Amino acid sequence: MSSDLVLNGISKQFSGQRAVDNLDLTVPSGSFFALLGPSGCGKTTTLRMIAGLEEPTTGTIRLGEQEITGLRPYKRPVNTVFQNYALFPHLDIFENVAFGLKRRGVKDFKPKVEEMLGLVELSTYGKRRPSQLSGGQQQRVALARALINRPQVLLLDEPLGALDLKLRRQMQLELKRIQTEVGITFVHVTHDQEEAMTMADTIAVMNGGVIEQMGSPAELYDLPATTFVANFLGQSNLIRATIIGQAEENITVDVHGRKVTVPLPRCRVTEGDVWMGIRPEKVFIAAAGTEQSNGSNQLRGAVVTDVSYVGVSTQYLVKLPWDQELTIFEQNTGARGTFGVGETVDLHWLPTHTFVLDADQDAHAGVEHIDDPGGAG
Amino acid sequence: MSAVGQLGAASAAPPAKVERSGRRFTGYLLLLPGGLWLLLFFVVPLVSLLAASLYDPNGSIESGFKMTWHFQNFVDTMADYARPFGRSLWYSLLTTLFCLLLGYPLAYAIAMKAGRWKNFMLALVIAPFFTSFLIRTLSWKLLLSDNGFVVDALKWLHILGPDGRLLATTTAVVTGLTYNFLPFMVLPLYASLERIDPRLIEAGGDLFANPFTTFRTVTLPLSMPGVVAGTLLTFIPAAGDYINAQLLGTPKQRMIGNDIQRLFSAGAYPTAAALSVTLMAAIVVLVLVYVRRAGTEELL
Repeated sequence: MSSDLVLNGISKQFSGQRAVDNLDLTVPSGSFFALLGPSGCGKTTTLRMIAGLEEPTTGTIRLGEQEITGLRPYKRPVNTVFQNYALFPHLDIFENVAFGLKRRGVKDFKPKVEEMLGLVELSTYGKRRPSQLSGGQQQRVALARALINRPQVLLLDEPLGALDLKLRRQMQLELKRIQTEVGITFVHVTHDQEEAMTMADTIAVMNGGVIEQMGSPAELYDLPATTFVANFLGQSNLIRATIIGQAEENITVDVHGRKVTVPLPRCRVTEGDVWMGIRPEKVFIAAAGTEQSNGSNQLRGAVVTDVSYVGVSTQYLVKLPWDQELTIFEQNTGARGTFGVGETVDLHWLPTHTFVLDADQDAHAGVEHIDDPGGAG
Repeated sequence: MSAVGQLGAASAAPPAKVERSGRRFTGYLLLLPGGLWLLLFFVVPLVSLLAASLYDPNGSIESGFKMTWHFQNFVDTMADYARPFGRSLWYSLLTTLFCLLLGYPLAYAIAMKAGRWKNFMLALVIAPFFTSFLIRTLSWKLLLSDNGFVVDALKWLHILGPDGRLLATTTAVVTGLTYNFLPFMVLPLYASLERIDPRLIEAGGDLFANPFTTFRTVTLPLSMPGVVAGTLLTFIPAAGDYINAQLLGTPKQRMIGNDIQRLFSAGAYPTAAALSVTLMAAIVVLVLVYVRRAGTEELL
């Protein structure tokens, strides 16, 4: 039985404001799916429409063979782990977890609740109130309360947002383990790209009510489709360039007078002005004048302006002759020398690590989250 | 390093001590004005009332009352005033029930559905307080009078017989009480409903509870502190009220407040005091049992 979750042409309008814009999305049954984006990108609204807590202005939502677009929340085979958990404060932990089963008239709920409390390692906490539990424990109760109903889809709305960093890392692995164990489709909403990459099989990056790109974490990171994805998922160096030719499976671009090669499948556009992109850890720094013979792309005459030693790697800021600054991460393997501020260096990287994006986009789209990792979507 | 630490500790110790004792006094100082007020206007009258309830009932204001520890006062008054006493409790119970039935939906609508009209609607609930209790009850007398439009309308609808009247009936008294105490029910209910996280109600729906079940299992239990506070604020003053019975009722609708007021005016202090103490004791016992049964302590 296939029970893929399919959103078709979903839009949501809030008093003139378009929160979600003509969204098409298929979440395969059994997958761990992340909706990733900055606050206000429409990811939470999308999740609430799947839960039935908002009604889409247009479009349909199907779950397997069943259309659930207009179905009231309590009739959907879908459960939610709410942001800040929304545990019932007047019920103890056992009653919180048993709530859904009782509402569906399940008679023999007691062993099921105990088993579920065991799964989230809270067996001895049944008689406590939510307010007597720590944030991490409350989070696990919220998860147990939703999972016990064996929903076809489990929705998680920023489930780890209220936890501190260490606990968050731990819960990420825990959630992934539980998802693999129960085999239920998880749809996870987050603004934290690391969280999405750690847990999800598939990530949909949302921005301004539309999906910018969808794919596995590695695909998105390796070959972003837009400047927003390039900046929001990790960091990118984007350099203005112009396409000047195509030879066999390669495109040649002109970067401020220097020729750079990019494999054709890694180019979103094949003519005109473009953004040439390269991830910071894919760039190598070499002393000025060092010849590279392996077909690398090269930019010469850069000057180191800043060096930060961060343990596993060293982070360089280098200024190119046209005054643009690039970020470069060098692994501290000890095999390569380090450079100091003011030194002139050459940069080189492989053509297969280069990507080319349409120049009509803002090169800084999606950057702001580095300064402001907080905020709910 | 340790020397510096000691020096720091030694020099810091005296001011810390001064500050702590200052803080200890602040609490008492803040308690003082209100405490004195309560002592003067609550404890002293209460003791004097308790004393008066045990005076010899044969005295008078002119000749003075003798303290004879006359516990028989309580037995006598209960024998003479059992009916208005029971009636008071019954009327205030009805009043509380009607206030709850009218007030809960109103408070719910204001808290959950009113949106930007919330403050305006709250102002409307409080608006009657701008007119005195007495004047408002007097206008109800006009409203329910035999020639008033309410009676006319009810007669036309055949709800009331051709000789039927509203004024001077139990209905009038309980209606008046309900009207007068409704805001005391609505405000605490509103406060506790407004505090409920809307996500809890969404969570109810998400966990297969239909709107009615969500109300029964989530909203209602979470609003119990408001229900308890509202019913107490309605029941207690309603049980001691005499204005509504006096203006809207007849001697047949007499409440215990009317008798207490009459007895005090007539100078029968021991009897009036004994009635007051009995009423107070009855209310305290009822309230204690009620709060215990409601079991809302853990929510407060």
